[in-house]
Amino acid sequence: MTALPLILTVFVACAVEAIEALTIVLAAGLTREWRSTFQGMAVALAVLAAIVAALGPTITLLPLTALRLVVGALLAIFGLQWLRKAILRAAGYQSLHDEASAYLREVTAAKAAAPTSRGRVHDWYAFTLSFKGVLLEGLEVVFIVITFGANQHDVGAAVIGAAAAVVVVAVTGVLVRAPLARVPENAMKFAVGIMLTSFGIFWGAEGAGVSWPSQDAALLVLVPVVALVALCYTVLLRPRRGRSPAEPATEQVVSS
Amino acid sequence: MSRLRSIGAFWYDFVVGDDWRVALVVVAALALTAVLVHAVGVNAWWLLPVCVCAALGWSLRRATRS
Repeated sequence: MTALPLILTVFVACAVEAIEALTIVLAAGLTREWRSTFQGMAVALAVLAAIVAALGPTITLLPLTALRLVVGALLAIFGLQWLRKAILRAAGYQSLHDEASAYLREVTAAKAAAPTSRGRVHDWYAFTLSFKGVLLEGLEVVFIVITFGANQHDVGAAVIGAAAAVVVVAVTGVLVRAPLARVPENAMKFAVGIMLTSFGIFWGAEGAGVSWPSQDAALLVLVPVVALVALCYTVLLRPRRGRSPAEPATEQVVSS
Repeated sequence: MSRLRSIGAFWYDFVVGDDWRVALVVVAALALTAVLVHAVGVNAWWLLPVCVCAALGWSLRRATRS
């Protein structure tokens, strides 16, 4: 596999998480204060970078078969979580992730909290809100970067995909100065769930000792098959809710 | 102790998520694949995709019924 699918998969997955982190950072920065918000964000990014630096080289030292078995299983389980959630949202069983309302919730809570300072941090609430948001959303990014990068023996390419996503979302956020509510987040999550599940199946089975027909080219069949099955489930679930099956399965714009 | 429990709960939620049965099916399918390949000599490349797709459907059915 070349580096391009790896970079693109990591880019889309990380963009989804970066959008969610941006919502929290904006809420903290605009309603509290930017200095403490940036401090929290910087510390969280440093922790995430340390995790990648520590786990990335370590995990690549494992035997490839064992690595593919464990990482494949984890990716398949993780990918199925994303896919399940995306299908339930697309079919109308769960509400779509709404960055605008998530932002309003965070702003309301941030306005209500009393200001307290600790050490060099002037506003502890802004610091912790920003730190937790970036760290928790970033952990999923780290998981994807390490598992994809280690399996392809190209952690660098995975880091490039993740860094590009963070930069693109951050620059867009600075320009817009509002949560990115118009991004089709569920459709992106749907696509990433398909990729994670497909790669998890491919690597997991290889780790269990399977020889795929046509080797790496099997992924070119596996990804569309998983996508088709996921779309079929979405369509099958929709009419039960009394909706027209003709409605698109992708996310509608939810912002006002 | 409660901190350990919350850390454990966080990682469980992070990796396994809303439906532990899906994780169980994936692990069982991988184990069965390994047995078929190494003990029986069958190149069971088809087993994991079938199990994963079935597990997704089963999980969605459970979620939409509850």
